[in-house]
Amino acid sequence: MKSSIVEPLPMDDDIIIEHLYKSFGKVKALIDANLRVKRGEVCFIFGPSGGGKSTLLRCINHLEAPDSGRIIVDGIPVTHAKTNIDLVRAEVGMVFQLFNLFPHLTVLGNVTLAQEKVRKRSRGEAERVARELLERVGIPEKANAYPGQLSGGQKQRVAIARALAMNPKIMLFDEPTSALDAEMIKEVLDVMMDLAQEGMTMVVVSHEMGFAKAAADRMVFLDAGQIVEEETPEELFKNPKEERTKQFLSQILY
Amino acid sequence: MAVSREIERPQPKLVPWTRKLEDMPWWGLIVLLAFLLVVYLIYTSATYQDAYRFLVAGVKVTILVTLISFSIAIVLGLIAGLGRVSKNVIFYTGASVYVEVVRGIPLLVQIIYFAYVVAPLLVQIVNSLGAFMLQYTAIQPLMGLAHTLTNLHIQDVDVTARAIAGLAFGYGAYEAEVFRAGIQSIERGQMEAARSLGMSYFQAMRYIILPQAIRRVLPPLGNDFIAMLKDSSLISVLAVRELTHLGKLNRARTFRTFETWNTVTFLYLIMTISLSLVVKFIERRMAFEE
Ligand SMILES: Nc1ncnc2c1ncn2[C@@H]1O[C@H](COP(=O)(O)OP(=O)(O)OP(=O)(O)O)[C@@H](O)[C@H]1O
Ligand SMILES: [Mg+2]
Repeated sequence: MKSSIVEPLPMDDDIIIEHLYKSFGKVKALIDANLRVKRGEVCFIFGPSGGGKSTLLRCINHLEAPDSGRIIVDGIPVTHAKTNIDLVRAEVGMVFQLFNLFPHLTVLGNVTLAQEKVRKRSRGEAERVARELLERVGIPEKANAYPGQLSGGQKQRVAIARALAMNPKIMLFDEPTSALDAEMIKEVLDVMMDLAQEGMTMVVVSHEMGFAKAAADRMVFLDAGQIVEEETPEELFKNPKEERTKQFLSQILY
Repeated sequence: MAVSREIERPQPKLVPWTRKLEDMPWWGLIVLLAFLLVVYLIYTSATYQDAYRFLVAGVKVTILVTLISFSIAIVLGLIAGLGRVSKNVIFYTGASVYVEVVRGIPLLVQIIYFAYVVAPLLVQIVNSLGAFMLQYTAIQPLMGLAHTLTNLHIQDVDVTARAIAGLAFGYGAYEAEVFRAGIQSIERGQMEAARSLGMSYFQAMRYIILPQAIRRVLPPLGNDFIAMLKDSSLISVLAVRELTHLGKLNRARTFRTFETWNTVTFLYLIMTISLSLVVKFIERRMAFEE
């Protein structure tokens, strides 16, 4: 790992975000965002559309470069110019709303490619890991299918397996069930639930309040680029402190 | 974005036979008849037969020159195309200058320019390199090489090679735009997914973006190959013995203008039409796969 850690860090924080700002032209997507995610914690981020949820998540693995502020992931300063970002990304899995599977590769190819090219595992080793993970997400029989032949729920489970194959320390989920039909949402949430129970550090952007209740350690309400409120699910659902949180919750929980 | 619901399989469709008739390339039938006529003439008329025998060597040169030039053009185009989508300022600027400048010059002028300006210039550079080595090299085995370099003359550089260089350089700029469009047609999420797995930009290009982009640009590449086959007639100005040049020679030899150019045209059409059928086949297969 990199040795360029700026200062000693509390050992139990996997993700530290400090004073993060990001704008796209005139749009201020993030305004002074601060967040800490402990090891093994499930952090649930929710809020209205355009609030900056995706931007915050994408800053964590540097798919988006913040304007200012500091992000430290697993002890590595992501925002530091000298950091080899590919090393960080290999430790941080990401699952996208629209799956983003590689359509020209089979399911097995999707799950093995980065193992071989980034983790430098042998073909055999990579395939063994891939088959194990496909078993775990419940679609071992689809190993040789192409993404185009899968249902949405199956695609998203392959995407999760693809990310897990890198043995990441942290998993980021950006609305993983928003593009799915109702009957497929559960199969994806089940896999995520398993992960949470196994102690994976997770940051989940989602509207699935059921999942938040069941799995989240903390809920973060993000609106207009600002973190408005941060609470445990019990507290947040019972008595949200901020007016904006109340309003938003009343809109989505009828 | 559309949400895929169930496994989608192409459904066999019942097409009324009248629709099938509409799909038939009727123009092809007319062309075929004309072909048969020329083939008949070649078989029966001594003049046509003579022209055909003389010209067939040109077909070989035309095909060979096109194959080599196009291969080089594809490599140039791929590199310049990658430059056009690159965030590296130098790479991007270099590629853009190449593409914009080359596309602004008539291909014929480029071919002449390469043959009579660039090639002699390169020879001069090689000459001075040899002279430089003669002055400063103490290593014996390099002396022979230095002498060869010094004595290289522009006449030693095959005119066909110069023609190929001109064609390839010119077409490379067009292929660069084909590759750029192909790369940019791949959804942004593909690059992001690859990068999020820890792949470098280069790895993501190599294993994720390019394999998909290249499949998409196969039809335009095929069409450009056909276009280059036709444009290779331009190198007849350098007296490369390809089909068009042999046409000129045959006319001068026999004074049979009519038969000569009929045969030349016929030979070009055979090549281009059969190639365009191949391209159409590839297009159909890809449309089916998508
Ligand atoms: N690449 C970009 N270019 C320009 N503007 C962007 C870009 N990405 C995000 N934005 C803008 O930044 C703001 C925050 O976007 P973001 O995608 O983070 O919101 P979100 O909370 O994820 O919303 P959603 O629920 O719709 O996904 C929005 O106003 C959006 O239009
Ligand atoms: Mg979003």
